[in-house]
Amino acid sequence: MTRADLLADARLCPSRRSFIVGAGALVAWANMPRHAFAGTVRDPRFVAIVLRGAMDGLAVVPPVGDPGYAALRGDLAVGADGRGVLPLDGTFALNDAMPRLAELYRSREMAVVHACATAYRDRSHFDGQDVLETGMAGPRAADDGWLNRVAAALPEGEKVRPAQGLAIGPTVPLILRGAAPTLTWSPPSFKPAGSDTVMRLAALYGELDPTMAKVLQEGITTDELAAGGMVAGPGNLARGFRSLAEGAGRLLSEDDGPRLAAISYDGWDTHANEGAEEGRLANLLKALDGALDGLKSSLGDAWGETVAVVMTEFGRTARANGNEGTDHGTATATFVLGGAVNGGRVVADWPGLKEADLYENRDLYPTTDMRAVLKGLLRDHLGLSDRALSTRIFPGSLAVKSMDGLVNA
Amino acid sequence: MFRPSAALALSRFGLGARPGDLDALGDEPIRALLAALDGAEPASLANRLGPSDELFGQVQDDMRQRKEMRRDGADGGERQPNAQALIYRAELAARIERAMTVRTGFLERLVAFWANHFAVQASTSGAVRAMAGAFEREAIRPHVAGRFEDMLVAATRHPAMLLSLNNASSVGPDSRAGKRRSRGLNENHAREIMELHTVGVTAGYRQDDVIAFAKVLTGWTFGRDKSRPEFYGRFAFNRNAHEPGAQNVMGVAYRQAGEEQGLAVLSRLAASPATARHIAEKLVRHFVADVPPPSLVDLLARRFLQTQGDLRAVAETLVLAGLAWSEPVTKIRSPQEFLLAALRASQISVEAPFVQRALASLGQPLWDPPSPAGFKDETAVWLAPDAMTTRVEIAERIAARARVKDPREQAEAVLGDRLSRQTRQAIERAESPTQGMTLLMMSPEFQRR
Repeated sequence: MTRADLLADARLCPSRRSFIVGAGALVAWANMPRHAFAGTVRDPRFVAIVLRGAMDGLAVVPPVGDPGYAALRGDLAVGADGRGVLPLDGTFALNDAMPRLAELYRSREMAVVHACATAYRDRSHFDGQDVLETGMAGPRAADDGWLNRVAAALPEGEKVRPAQGLAIGPTVPLILRGAAPTLTWSPPSFKPAGSDTVMRLAALYGELDPTMAKVLQEGITTDELAAGGMVAGPGNLARGFRSLAEGAGRLLSEDDGPRLAAISYDGWDTHANEGAEEGRLANLLKALDGALDGLKSSLGDAWGETVAVVMTEFGRTARANGNEGTDHGTATATFVLGGAVNGGRVVADWPGLKEADLYENRDLYPTTDMRAVLKGLLRDHLGLSDRALSTRIFPGSLAVKSMDGLVNA
Repeated sequence: MFRPSAALALSRFGLGARPGDLDALGDEPIRALLAALDGAEPASLANRLGPSDELFGQVQDDMRQRKEMRRDGADGGERQPNAQALIYRAELAARIERAMTVRTGFLERLVAFWANHFAVQASTSGAVRAMAGAFEREAIRPHVAGRFEDMLVAATRHPAMLLSLNNASSVGPDSRAGKRRSRGLNENHAREIMELHTVGVTAGYRQDDVIAFAKVLTGWTFGRDKSRPEFYGRFAFNRNAHEPGAQNVMGVAYRQAGEEQGLAVLSRLAASPATARHIAEKLVRHFVADVPPPSLVDLLARRFLQTQGDLRAVAETLVLAGLAWSEPVTKIRSPQEFLLAALRASQISVEAPFVQRALASLGQPLWDPPSPAGFKDETAVWLAPDAMTTRVEIAERIAARARVKDPREQAEAVLGDRLSRQTRQAIERAESPTQGMTLLMMSPEFQRR
């Protein structure tokens, strides 16, 4: 049998119908952007980048102008002597491991939101990531992720290639889990399977296991979409970070590709020898800097219509711990970047770093709710209503006002 | 007694059938599962691979040599695999070999479950990578049919864990070492013991409890000074780093001095009903269903408490429970389970690097989860589009080497009564034996358990 025959065979088989319907349903929302913004030329892209392990906002965007900073952090303070940092404004600087992000700040395509935190106030990574990704007010309150609900809330549009929210990485992260179909992709270290065998499997799954059928079909689609120019990079942190972001950018840049994506990067839990200037954190930041640069360049012209948000489950203690590291904290920094972002500023209701200013006498005090940032971005960039955002996407967040002005009008 | 088929028993609780296994197990598969609980044999692995202190020493020596070579201008052996990579590979090879030879694999599944419960992250450092396998052999394997508290203590004291969760360098602020130097407390290990290893995050402990427990555990470290061979690479209690005085953890005051204080906290955590429930729920989610049937969880939690955490009794209760078998087959095999089952079904021998690469590309590198919580157990995590096409690719590679003449017979022998008409037909129509074997290993009956 040829591949075309097998596909036709699979389509004719009655028990495959549910699979085709499933594929149809996801075509619907994936094309929303052009439809929803009909009459304009906008075709917005949105990327959520999750840093797992709790990024130390005070080492990444150090408040060098706050006299409490050097006093609290001691040897771990970054840029207290003016070195090792790239100035942002009178108060804040950027860790100099991220020169390309600083460039985006200067070209007003990147903004920092500081002293920002989710609704979660305890210090478990796993519950913290759960809240970050479900968008709920507390841990373990939902099984689906907010980005999946965004996908489901977008209005239907014209028919193009079945494109979906895209989880980059070999497993589906919580932020994308839920009713709206997702596809995942990672740089292949093993080549795609022989297509005849895959088509036979698709037919077999169609008869026996609709879930596996759907998942396999999505895998095939993504392999096809993402092929072309991918360099599989083993090991190397920076190459790994960058190739994931470039894969996402390439898929999002396609005329008929997906419009929502999530990427997650592990390794930010710096309990010992944090190395913010040289070492572990600096290396992670360099890799992230390269990844964001890769995202921008692989998006090409679509960068102008992109908003990406870089977020983490919580921050780290304001003081260093006993091992030249930091323990689990509360507020941290969030990055918003993209050609559609109204950047070049640090948005912060800065709580200060005097002893009395700290949350529970240990952490940077949270003054901005992460949901305010996300709601502002999703409303102004994807056109979701405040009502949908407060009830469906981030349930129970009516009191959290969407932040204005993060996206270019 | 409930009589499951041998095919279901070997896929839900074992490592999958080899050709011939289903006939050999006949209609007494539960008896075979229970018999597996006697087969821990940590010694036979240890004889080949060496204890963790020795492996730690090898990594330190290797690092020193490389540094010296670099200083002398020679290339520091960069192109040669380093000691930890070689040790890790040897450990993996030993696990593959064992998986191919055990009868049911129930014990190996339990070892994998517990090693993931007490997860060390191999990528933390070279020393952790080198000792990750030894951690499994020394702290986990001897206790999978023993007492939970013994496993908890062994895991907490193990150098791989002390490094992975940073307790090795945690110093009490008011200890002698703390007053002298700038080093201090590290909360990481204490928090994860409560949240992940014992009572669970919903048990109602607070930040104060975490700090108090972290103080209790100060001094729990291991020797890194070669000139003191009695401690080198081994657990040591460092009195100088231990925070003096009583500590209050979850409403209980611990006034013991020294190491006894930590042992007392661990003992109480191990005996907590919250721990019993946490463990019971995880076991059921791992082996039976993503949404654990509450009555089965209750049954295991009660057994855990009645027997003071006798893990053999808990495992026996699990496989003897009707509910463990009546739940529909919805879980998908994890990448590790899939690979080992595929190797058993096709009876090929592969080198460790192949398995290592395959596991990495499927998102489940051995002993190297993305966080201390270990790999997740929900089907949705593994049933991802990208992972599916990667599974197909790996199945094809294994099938290509299997040299099976008749994949139809192989399917009968491996899937038994679970083989569906549709899968049998697809295998019959395959264009080659290799394709037939690929279809067998990728069939829903093989993928789900």
